Formats: sequence, structure tokens, C-alpha cells
Amino acid sequence: MLKKIVEHSQIKSPWLVHYDCGSCNGCDIETLACLTPLYDVERFGVLNIGNPKHADVLIVTGTVNKRNKKVLKQIYDQMPSPKIVIAIGACGLSGGIFREAYNVVGGVDKVIPVDVYVPGCPAKPEAIIDGVVEGLAKLSEIQKAGKPKKEAIAS
Amino acid sequence: MQSLEITKETLRQEGERLKAEGFRFVTITCLELDETSLELIYHFDKDLEIIHYRMQIPKDAPMPSLSPVFFAAFLVENEIYDQFGIKFDDLVLDFGGTLYLDDDDDITATPFCKFGVKRADTVPDAE
Amino acid sequence: MSKTIVPFGPQHPVLPEPIHLSLTVEDEVVKEAVPAFGYVHRGLEKLAEKRDFHQMIQVVERVCGICSMIHAMCYCQGLEHLMKVEVPRRGQFLRVIWSELHRIHSHLLWLGLYADAFGFESVFMQFWKIRERIMDINEATAGNRVIVSVNQVGGVRRDLSPSKCDWILDELNHVEKEVKALESTMSNNYTVKKRTVGKGILTREMAYELGAAGPTLRASGIAQDMRQLQYEAFDELDFEPVVETDGDAFARGLVRFKETIQSIDLVRQAIARLPQGDTFVKVKGKPEGEVVQRVEQPRGECLYYIKANGTKFLDRLRIRTPTFANIPPLAAMLPGMELADVPVLILSIDPCISCTER
Ligand code: SF4
Repeated sequence: MLKKIVEHSQIKSPWLVHYDCGSCNGCDIETLACLTPLYDVERFGVLNIGNPKHADVLIVTGTVNKRNKKVLKQIYDQMPSPKIVIAIGACGLSGGIFREAYNVVGGVDKVIPVDVYVPGCPAKPEAIIDGVVEGLAKLSEIQKAGKPKKEAIAS
Repeated sequence: MQSLEITKETLRQEGERLKAEGFRFVTITCLELDETSLELIYHFDKDLEIIHYRMQIPKDAPMPSLSPVFFAAFLVENEIYDQFGIKFDDLVLDFGGTLYLDDDDDITATPFCKFGVKRADTVPDAE
Repeated sequence: MSKTIVPFGPQHPVLPEPIHLSLTVEDEVVKEAVPAFGYVHRGLEKLAEKRDFHQMIQVVERVCGICSMIHAMCYCQGLEHLMKVEVPRRGQFLRVIWSELHRIHSHLLWLGLYADAFGFESVFMQFWKIRERIMDINEATAGNRVIVSVNQVGGVRRDLSPSKCDWILDELNHVEKEVKALESTMSNNYTVKKRTVGKGILTREMAYELGAAGPTLRASGIAQDMRQLQYEAFDELDFEPVVETDGDAFARGLVRFKETIQSIDLVRQAIARLPQGDTFVKVKGKPEGEVVQRVEQPRGECLYYIKANGTKFLDRLRIRTPTFANIPPLAAMLPGMELADVPVLILSIDPCISCTER
């Protein structure tokens, strides 16, 4: 019973945590713009919170560099599973325009597994919302496949 | 671009003088000239006029810091240490070459120099 | 009471960007603040060796997504100076229009985040709602919401038709009305005042000596604005730098609020005086020499140093961004403040970490 409720609410009201990992701010402000009245993802029950331990979805913008890859990994590890990761912008996908810079490691998938890629430089809010919806479809698949959800309930 | 010359010895004095005259520290630019030397350009500003001071220095000698005179200089001097490997003496806040770069991946090269110098050689105790 | 060191960041709910501060606190009062960086450092200046000078425009636009157009404008001005080309008058006016639109959107964004930092969420939503109109203008005139990419060496690559200009003026009337409706909230509201008045005071002398830039400097009573250098079309436009004298977080908020209204006025002036003609000139050859170029960004004075050697690739590109200059004042204003006020104070300098670290 409890399991059902958790599963249901995870899909109907996913909680996001946003980490800016060396983005130029372009994708960042577009992600924030999704929360504001014009796009307003809260009407779909999507909540942005600052605490990775409460979150189901991790949104990463920007390239991974040598210092923040540890922070990114930590945030990912702190999140209870099942969890999904959405990489936003050309930077998050592959390193984008900064790919050849000396301090850049590359896309987010070099460090943690990524479920949904949202392209664009910067990605438009519509695209980001679409990415989250895609991600939720994946999340419910993971739930159906019956991955351990113990942690999720505990949190 | 017009500029004045300055040397290591006169740097602090000149800094004090400019400060007394009401100049504001803007920034320092570091350039690589060739295998052994670098050039530092100090920019100061007063009432929208900007003036430049140039100095050529060898790569392997430490520099006097300007941060005791202009506190704002500490950030850019740390940046130059990261990127070009010049050590500044008497920094008010010393990040020890890890302002941007991470100490876990061993920092051996100086990313902005084409003719890379080993960090470890130039700075024996980068702490 | 013994001292405690409280780490702040890099991932922190109030800040959209990763910055880390080690705060030494004694009884909730900050004694020392040491910033740490590197979470966004990419090494953009070095890319000048791999991309030719035209391609670098796209790179410098991405130093910071918020004031991207102004970064590219400054870079192009530098190269135009080296290559001795003059941008046609219409191009110069168009640059002013886009750069002031960027300033409006950046200030509205900041006013929202700032309100959010002291827990005034409805104001945050209001400012961001107004801001969407500017994003629409950007998208309609340049094709992208944030990174408009209109600059090229020698001018701008997009033009505005008279009907677009009318529409922009119409939208700006709405923006102005909506922003002015929030004026009393930002200047008289009890909550706003309680959280910001007298917090993080930077005296005139301190601000000048520590090299503060932009609104942070002007809120301390120094009327310095790089637009006074009259680059582009600013020689024909009327404007006075906005100055406040208190030097606290409240004054910095007011400066930005008033600048938003001023920028709306500047766009209007520029559209009214927009001359006919070309928007760009073709450039030939390669740049050679050295130049220092300064422009005023929403966050303050930005300096580009360019050294070119007559080939496709630049020798050195150095970017000194406004937040880089505002970090030392921040480190100086935090001691003596309460821990709960730290997020508001950090935001009060309008930090752009992506600019700072490049
Ligand atoms: S994808 Fe483009 S807009 Fe997004 S962070 Fe990267 S450079 Fe900036």
C-alpha cells in the first residue's frame, strides 16, 4: 500500500534538484524560468528543492570540470533510488562549445549515468519541460521493472 | 596602447603613489613572451582614464605581490599563479595554486604556457 | 565562544551557481569569509588558440549567458579598433538597443533572485514574469531567448524593421508599467527594509579602494559608469549614472531598480533616433596589435585585453569581468554580519560565477 502511494506520487509530483555544473548560466536561467509564472511547472506538481536527499530527479546544466565532478558525483550518490538524471544543454551533453578547453572533462555522462538528454544552447524552457516528462516515463518504467525501492520509502 | 615601464623593485612604491593619487586597481594581465619570459601588464584607472604599466619577468623567479597595497590584487595574482606558475610573495590570501585547478589531479603543468614549465621546479614548496 | 567554520556552498538552495565560502563564525556572527572557486572554471581564454577570431565571438558570448551580448560587443569593439573599421551608425544604435535590453533582463532576473533570497517569493515570481516580455523581444528580434548572438566584427548581423520597433516600444510600455507597480515594494516594504537596510555596508572609500564595479560601486556614492566613455551610440543618448549613497544592500537594490527604468528609457531614445543605413561593414585582413576595451555590463565594468599577431588566431585574450572585481568587496563586507544574512549579501553584489572563473 505504502509502496503504491510512493510510486504514484513520485510520478505525479516529482521533486527536482538542480545542480549547475560549470554552465554559462544560459541553461541555468532557462531552467529557473520553467518555475516562473509563464511556464510554471508547479502546476504539474513538479517541485524544485535544494536538498538532494529529497529529490527524485537531478537536473544538471553545463559541462563537468575537474573540480565539480566530485560534487556532482556526491549529489548523485546522496539521492535515493530510483532516480533519474536529465542533462541539459549542449554542454551537458558533450561539453558543447567548451569541449576543447583544458579544464573540461566533457558531458555529464562521463561521471554519472544520464537518462534524458535535452539539446539546445541554451535549451528552451519548453524543451526542458518535455525532457522532464520524458524522464518521468522512464522513472515509471524503472518502477515497473521493480528495482529496489527501499531507500525511496525510507526517505 | 601606451604604457609605462615598471620594475620589480619599484612596483610597491609606484603602487603606493598611485593609490595616494586616487587611482583604482583594475587588473593584471599576464602574457607569455617566449620560453623563458613573461610579461605582466598592470592596469589602473582614475576618472575613466586607464593607464598601463608593463614589466618583463623571467618565468622562474617569484614576484612581489601588490596585494598588501591594493587588497583587490590578491584574486588576480592567485589566478596568474594557477595559469602561469609565477609565485607571488606576501599574498594576503594565498590559495597555493589551487584557485581553479584541483590538487587531486597533480598539477604539473601551467595551462596557459605554451612552453610549459613544470610547476614543481619553479615552486619548490607550493603550499 | 569558540570559533566554528561553516562551509557555504557549492550546491546551495539560494544560489543558482556554485560558489563556496568558508565562513568563520562566532555566535552566529561572521568573523572571516574566505571564498573558494573553481567549480565553473573552464579555461575559455585559452580557447583563443584553437578558434579563429571570428569563431571566438561565439565563445565569449558564453562566458556568461546573462550578459552574453555585451561580452561579444566588447570583444568586437576591440577587434574593430585593431582592424580600424568603423561600425555604421545604425549598427551602433542597434547594439545599444540589444545591450540595454540585456541590462533590463539581467536586472529583473537579479531583482527576482534577490527577493527570493530573503524569502519574498511572490516578488520573485512577479519580476520573472515581467522578464519574459524581454525574452520574447529577444526571441522575436534575434532568434534566441538568452544568447542573442547578433554581433559580428564590423557590426550587427540582424536588423529591426519599423514594425518590430513599434512592437518593442509597446512591450516596453507594459514592462515599465509592471516594474513601476513594484516600486513601492522595493523601496518601502517593511520586510525588504528589515532584511537589507544597513546590511553589508561598503563605504565610499572602501568601495573605491577595493575596486568594486558597477552597481556595487555606484550604490556607495561613486558615479562611475563605463557608458560615460560614450562607446557605440551613447554619445547621442542622454543618461546620467544612477547613484545612491548608503552603500548597503538596500541601496544596491535601488540602484539596479532605477537602472532598469533608465534602460527602458535608453532603448526608447535609441529607437527614436535610429538612423537609416547599413548595419555592418565587411572586414578584410587579420587583426594586429594590442588593445584594451572596456564596457559597462549589468554587473559593472568589464575589461577585454586582446593581443593579436596578424594571424587568424589571437595571441592572448584576457577578460576581467565585473564579478571578479566585486569579490574582494564581498569578502570585506561579510565580517560582522549574521550568518542568516550571508545569502542576501552574496546576492547583493549580483555574483556571476561563470564570469568570474571563465
Ligand atoms: S549549452 Fe550553451 S547556454 Fe547552455 S550552459 Fe552550455 S554554453 Fe551555456
